[in-house]
Amino acid sequence: MEKILEVKDLEVSFQTYGGSVKAVRGVSFDLHKGETLAIVGESGSGKSVTSQTIMKLIPMPPGKITGGQILFNGDDIVPKTEKQMEKIRGKEISMIFQDPMTSLNPTMKIGTQIMEGLIKHQNMSKQAAKTRAVELLNLVGIPMPERRVNQYPHEFSGGMRQRAMIAIALAANPKLLIADEPTTALDVTIQAQILDLMKDLQSKMDTSIIFITHDLGVVANVADRVAVMYAGQIVEMGTVDEIFYDPRHPYTWGLLASMPSLDNDNKAELAAIPGTPPDLTNPPKGDAFAARNQYALAIDFEEEPPMYQISETHFAKTWLLHPDAPKVEPPEAVKNRMRQLSSTFDQAVLVKEGK
Amino acid sequence: MAKYIGKRLLYMLISLWLIITATFFFMRIAPGNPFTSEKQLPPEIEANLNAHYGLDKPWYAQYGDYLLKVVKWDFGPSFKYKSQTVNDLISEGFPVSFILGMEAILLAVAFGLILGIIAALKHNKWQDYTAMIIAVAGISVPSFIMATFLQYFLAIKMGIFPVARFETFMHTVLPALALASTPMAFIARLTRSSMLEVMSNDYIKTAKAKGLSQGVITVKHAIRNALLPVVTYMGPLTAGILTGSFVIERIFGIPGLGAHFVTSITNRDYTVIMGVTVFYSIILLASILLVDIAYGIIDPRIKLAGGKKGE
Repeated sequence: MEKILEVKDLEVSFQTYGGSVKAVRGVSFDLHKGETLAIVGESGSGKSVTSQTIMKLIPMPPGKITGGQILFNGDDIVPKTEKQMEKIRGKEISMIFQDPMTSLNPTMKIGTQIMEGLIKHQNMSKQAAKTRAVELLNLVGIPMPERRVNQYPHEFSGGMRQRAMIAIALAANPKLLIADEPTTALDVTIQAQILDLMKDLQSKMDTSIIFITHDLGVVANVADRVAVMYAGQIVEMGTVDEIFYDPRHPYTWGLLASMPSLDNDNKAELAAIPGTPPDLTNPPKGDAFAARNQYALAIDFEEEPPMYQISETHFAKTWLLHPDAPKVEPPEAVKNRMRQLSSTFDQAVLVKEGK
Repeated sequence: MAKYIGKRLLYMLISLWLIITATFFFMRIAPGNPFTSEKQLPPEIEANLNAHYGLDKPWYAQYGDYLLKVVKWDFGPSFKYKSQTVNDLISEGFPVSFILGMEAILLAVAFGLILGIIAALKHNKWQDYTAMIIAVAGISVPSFIMATFLQYFLAIKMGIFPVARFETFMHTVLPALALASTPMAFIARLTRSSMLEVMSNDYIKTAKAKGLSQGVITVKHAIRNALLPVVTYMGPLTAGILTGSFVIERIFGIPGLGAHFVTSITNRDYTVIMGVTVFYSIILLASILLVDIAYGIIDPRIKLAGGKKGE
């Protein structure tokens, strides 16, 4: 399959009064055409910064891309100027934001907000753009689009606004859609509708999607592949099945164990990952997760683990996959869901040395 | 909309009546009267004068008479300027103050907005610091010092503008500048902070993610939303500036309305005090109404009560 996006060793830091915060520390992943990649992680893990960096939407300064490449269709985005980025944003890569209540301009008609992108990127006349805006609203499932197009955001409900946001994002047929927690601010029934809509539109338009979320339930629903981020790094990446049924990283175990499940009707308490993420102004020596990790080995505090490959598509960054590492049992909740997947290699293969 | 404005006009009349009543009685409570002067008047003459101006009647009769006259837009004769009525004073002074005031408001709004927007877009860069130094200077330097500075440098030293008097357009430039400096500085600061707040909103990021340029984002998405606080400030500002400034008019020798606000009080010129207060109140109430209507135009979320529900 054709690779639409390749992120290589991306490093982003923010200059603050307290020093430089290394928000993204060497993230690499790729995305194929028509594929959905979910990036999961807790707040502050760098998932939003990673995705906004792809569109160069992080404020620079204080933000700065300190290393790596972002290849979009083979073309590196990092050295591009603002003027060049304007031709990519909205046209090639679009974004849906978390909070539809604040992401639309309150004093501009919904139709006008959709038309802006069309006029800019497709050289449409006002009239043509308006007709297209009505079509788009219809496409994202907003009833009576002819009337709605002339309304203001405050006349829309939250779910409707997110639909309008999707219409804005898809206006110019982008090849890549980045959805930054698009359902977090919505209630559960609306969440499901929005997810269905996104899946439906993806199959119609053959768009690739990067889906940022901290909700593993949503991930299982939409994603083809999952990248788990912790402290500015991808600690595990694989297909949905691999992450849900054969997770290898203790952090992924923690995430899965903390997910409520209907099967889990015994009295066992929902597990939580203890502690808080490390301060990324001075990232800890060794594995960033070591301090919160009940499976941490002595070496975790000394040396950063390398990336191991468990199958063609499954990677994990943990010393536990080292041939000499002791065998550990994942937590009960995770062990229950573990399955033997056919694609797994006999032995984890070392792919990249930790720094 | 018509219903809303009608309702507001009714409220304005009520406010106006309250203002007239309060001013009328406060003024009478203050010691002294229009005929108090260093030279004591013989009691008979004072009694005659009082009778002539109706001051010998009981307070409720005077109050009633006054209300009736105001309704007929007649503010009565001035006690101090014997040959003129208050209506004359206003109709002579107001056009002058109005022209000057409009010039000052246009200057203040135009330059205030430009400075504020530049400062916000170049936040924490030299343009920001420069604009804010100008703004702080504008707020801290009193208008009478500004006025004398302008007179000294632009009129006396360089001879670009006339020093004083009110004859041609050139005569209005310096006083308008002096009047505008403080509100301009204030508008610049308001615009800057309001723009900074708006620019940090999520929808600005949405606009950026659409591929719009910084210029388009500023003009189409940011300025309109940043305008509300400035519009709020415009109400009282307009009323204050249009009715003239005592200090500036004195310095530039301009026959405006401003002087009457001050001199009528020391003169205990009852009718003039009442007249200019009522006149000022009308302008203030009208500007506040305009501000409220402007709100509804700028921000569709603000529905004017009584207005039609969204289409």
